[in-house]
Amino acid sequence: MAQQATETEFTLDTAAELAAHEEPEAIRGRSPWYLAWRRLRRNYVAFFFLFVFIVVVVACAFAPVYAKHVAGTGPNTNHILENVKVNGKETPVVSSGGYIDPHTGKLCPTSQSGCKLVASIPIGPTWFGAGGKFVLGADQNGRDIAVRLLYGGRTSLFIGIFSSAICVFFAVILALVAAYYGGWADFTITRFFDVMFAFPVILLGIALGSALAINGFHHFGINIQSGSIWIPTLIISYVLVPYIGRPLRGQVLSLREKEFVEASISQGASPLRVMFIELLPNIASSVIVFFTLIIANNILLETALSFLGAGVQPPTASWGTMIADGQNLIVTRPWLSFAPGLAIIITVVSLNVFGDGLRDALDPRAKVKVSH
Amino acid sequence: MLNFLVRRTVGAILVIIAVTFIVFVIFIVVPGGDPAQRIAGKNATQQNIVNIRKDWGFDRPFYVQYSKMMQKMFSGELVSYTSQQNVLDQIKLGLPATFSLAIGAGIIWLFFGIVVGVVSAIKAGKLSDRAITVLALIGVSMPVFWLGIVTRYYLAEGGLTTFFPDGEYVAFTSDPLQWFWHLVLPWTVLAVLFIGFYSRVLRGNILDTSNEDYVRTAKAKGLAPNRIMRKHILRLSLIPIITLFGLDFAAVLGGGAILTETVFDLHGVGQYAYESINNFDLPPIMAVTMYAAIFIVVFNVLVDLFYAFLDPRIRPA
Repeated sequence: MAQQATETEFTLDTAAELAAHEEPEAIRGRSPWYLAWRRLRRNYVAFFFLFVFIVVVVACAFAPVYAKHVAGTGPNTNHILENVKVNGKETPVVSSGGYIDPHTGKLCPTSQSGCKLVASIPIGPTWFGAGGKFVLGADQNGRDIAVRLLYGGRTSLFIGIFSSAICVFFAVILALVAAYYGGWADFTITRFFDVMFAFPVILLGIALGSALAINGFHHFGINIQSGSIWIPTLIISYVLVPYIGRPLRGQVLSLREKEFVEASISQGASPLRVMFIELLPNIASSVIVFFTLIIANNILLETALSFLGAGVQPPTASWGTMIADGQNLIVTRPWLSFAPGLAIIITVVSLNVFGDGLRDALDPRAKVKVSH
Repeated sequence: MLNFLVRRTVGAILVIIAVTFIVFVIFIVVPGGDPAQRIAGKNATQQNIVNIRKDWGFDRPFYVQYSKMMQKMFSGELVSYTSQQNVLDQIKLGLPATFSLAIGAGIIWLFFGIVVGVVSAIKAGKLSDRAITVLALIGVSMPVFWLGIVTRYYLAEGGLTTFFPDGEYVAFTSDPLQWFWHLVLPWTVLAVLFIGFYSRVLRGNILDTSNEDYVRTAKAKGLAPNRIMRKHILRLSLIPIITLFGLDFAAVLGGGAILTETVFDLHGVGQYAYESINNFDLPPIMAVTMYAAIFIVVFNVLVDLFYAFLDPRIRPA
């Protein structure tokens, strides 16, 4: 005979009894997206860095406003021969050069040993001393660094985001086609990936960048002039397609064998329908994570190509070209290369952290990794 | 094993042929305008361009152009029309610097990548793990050329100290000590990015492997944690790291460390390509790209053979 449970005694029924006393609540169906959102919502670090990234994007979006109303100059306007009032004192934007002490960055008498000859020295950061002009100083052509930093951010972010979108788009299509059709299609596409993997990313980018830098690209009805920022955008998206396409193909390949695909085909679904309505939603979470992480990667690649002269062409500002411009003046005017470098780090770190958070939220067991 | 070797070699040869086609397409077919003018460089005279057009067969069908290009590439008579120097000779001059950079940096990043990865996996969730994660994240998010410029400024050019030599490469044969001393900064800078990336990958792998049943068995039978880590977990977790290392190391050997070489003035193969970009001098870039790709394909075959030798499961039936 079962023993009667007293009120203080713990029985196996306690939890169920307690539940019975509560308001009956219908069990709600929750979509995977809702569950992912709930996991993401608790990740405050990821949200903080998403916020940082949005701040960077908004700041760069308002570059023209800053240029017009605060700095009063454009990103490519030279002020070599002009003076600016800093704290009420007239200062030349670019002073004629002289001998510079490499330790302090100050002028030194010619006779002193260990001093470097510098052709011209732009004004350093004025911070708030010149009413918003040359807040971070000027470069060798007398261009306002703060203005160029914001415009450079527009270029770098534009290339980063659009090249990622284009790259992911083509990688998804190639992965779906390769894994769905198999056979010759798969063979051709995977061999294409193999060949691309043979080239170091940066060398392939340089090869394309320097080949297209002279006359631009004019094929398949697409006409891009040399110097357009679409050239680095397309180069970067092309170069990275296999790095996304290959892991996605692997995922689709295993999905392809699942019953729901068989069911769909047996119901007479067309290949396009199977690929884009049945298979694509199942790899959507990986695609989103890849997209976020590859933006960070592409911003780094763009700055590297531009730094080497095979990406964004002068005088267009980008964070990479700015570092290249500031390289020779690092001793006297470190901010010329520090400012764009810090901007890159902040942007890329925030994208990486948010991307990792997104990955953890969308698929806690996923092993999506973007190769560098 | 012989079957595998033959198949892998044939596959590699096909990939190399495809690589040469891609280089041909990139430099000669895709860009708009007159290829002769592009190959000739910035300061070419009309006569030069006419000569190049004839020499490279740009007035003939594309298969003639392709075979002419291949002839030039592999007979070693490719010249840069801007500097009139033989491209192959220039690449050979750059090889010692590039190889020294790659080998030293490779040792550093593999060693520290593994050490840092293991430490942060053992301390997972603790403060030291978090600190390492943050540092690794910053490491992979930094543009390597910027890090190079900044370290060179602070540690070699007098921002903080002039303790380290300021760039340039010293041949190992002329002065081994100076060779080492001049390469310390470039090695470290190049390694930072990889250390960050490898340690994160390894940490994840170790944590995944630690949940395997056989590790639980090892714990249950009372093996020392150290021994479990060394003999049971690391063995499996290191395989992806070695694969990554093979690929990255080959890329760096093939001139992929162009940014580090340029920033530290090492005059390696990568820097040769960089200098050619600024002169719009295409033949050297063409050659470096193609040789690097071929080198990587060959290197990958060697790595695969090495694997197959070590682990019979990888050998395809």
